[in-house]
Amino acid sequence: MTIGEIYSLILAISGAAAAGVIGSFALMKRTVIAGDVMSHIAIPGLGLAVIWSINPLVGGGATLLLGSMLIWHLEKKTTLSTEAAIGVIFASSVALGALLIGSNEELIDALFGGFGSISAPEFAFGIAASVAVIVAIWMLKDKLIIGLFSPELASATKINVGLLNLWFLLLFSLTILSGLRFLGALLAGALIIVPASAARQLTHSLGAFIFTSALLSVLSVVFGFLISRAYNLDLGPTVVVVAAGFFALSLLKKKV
Amino acid sequence: MFRFLGVENLTVSLDGEAVIKDLSFELNQGENLAIIGPNGSGKTVLLKTLLGLLPYQGEIKWAENVRLGYVPQKIDADRHLPITIQNLLSAKVRALGLPFSEVARAITSAGLTEKIQKTPVGHLSGGQFQRALIAFALLGHPNVLLLDEPTASIDEPGEAQIYELIHELQDKEDMTVILVSHDLSFVYRYATKVLCLNKINICFGAPEETLTPSVLENLYGGPRKYYHHIHNGNKHA
Repeated sequence: MTIGEIYSLILAISGAAAAGVIGSFALMKRTVIAGDVMSHIAIPGLGLAVIWSINPLVGGGATLLLGSMLIWHLEKKTTLSTEAAIGVIFASSVALGALLIGSNEELIDALFGGFGSISAPEFAFGIAASVAVIVAIWMLKDKLIIGLFSPELASATKINVGLLNLWFLLLFSLTILSGLRFLGALLAGALIIVPASAARQLTHSLGAFIFTSALLSVLSVVFGFLISRAYNLDLGPTVVVVAAGFFALSLLKKKV
Repeated sequence: MFRFLGVENLTVSLDGEAVIKDLSFELNQGENLAIIGPNGSGKTVLLKTLLGLLPYQGEIKWAENVRLGYVPQKIDADRHLPITIQNLLSAKVRALGLPFSEVARAITSAGLTEKIQKTPVGHLSGGQFQRALIAFALLGHPNVLLLDEPTASIDEPGEAQIYELIHELQDKEDMTVILVSHDLSFVYRYATKVLCLNKINICFGAPEETLTPSVLENLYGGPRKYYHHIHNGNKHA
């Protein structure tokens, strides 16, 4: 294993831990689908980054920030058109991104990821983002729990539910951004959703759920990395297939 | 007794339509106010406005030392949430920076057992769930408890127990209670004041004097069938 690969793996593991933690709350908040769509909003940003020759993280980050604000506004309205609007955003983001990116090779990278070489600032950003997500969720967890149970009760407890939701979406975006590099825009949401879904099947208490979700997410990355190396497979898809394997196993456990 | 809450010319509009119009009433400390009225008459909206959750015109003046506790109408909690009563109560204690001993106190005060703390909220019975909501409201030592139809999802014996609990809390902790209810027998038994609401204030005062058959007919648009036989019910102190 080269030094570069070790750094990449450390980065991926820290991103996975953050994804597992935020995934457990996204699952309870039932914002999984809106969140998954958000990862696709990174694609036009990646396209613009290619055209303007800037760092893909900057481009992806900019459109993710925009997407968070957009979904935040849509979530405040509880009409049926919200789902339709999210569907439109999803489809148009992928299409616009594909047109902007142009080259097939770069498009595949943007959609499915790959390690490539990671610069020192990228490494530092990735680690800082993952730590920030985990710390912020830890600090917000009490308000999130009350909000999950009843937004109305949260408001009566003087919790600003709108602001809390915005924070959550921004942290969700940051998690996607840190996973974008190695999973790609199509699969970055998977590491948030799949391990959390498996953990929910396996656990009964809140603490165990959050911990197991993070653990399965990290294990998906570690096993995905080892398998992709051994069989010369693409990393992103391999990680997601391993996570899906955990989910399948969790379904078996429930039936026993 | 001193004036604890004064509401003057209160108007609340939702989506441009007035749900409460020009409502005025006042309440003294330690009173038990029942808000009654048909569906859609603005009872829940009034409660939420008093809590400061909705924008309004007019005036709502609470006494300076007021601490509000709120028990909402039945919450459709996701039955699969892995959140226990303990998770929920601890979350509020931490979010508000209260001492942790508050959790045990609230659980006992709401008539719940220590054992039930570990039960996920989705697995509680209607009565237990309502008591859990009351325990949640009791954190932070409120001196006013606002309850929105606290017995809507409970069978009859459970209903009496919840009303008894509210009454007990009011006595022990010297609380003022504002309660939305469909149940006129409760109103006669415990309420010191009743507010009949149908967008506007239709009646306000002590139940025995205020709730005349004609007022009830006006409020509900027809005679209230169990009005007479509960009229003689003994009011608790």
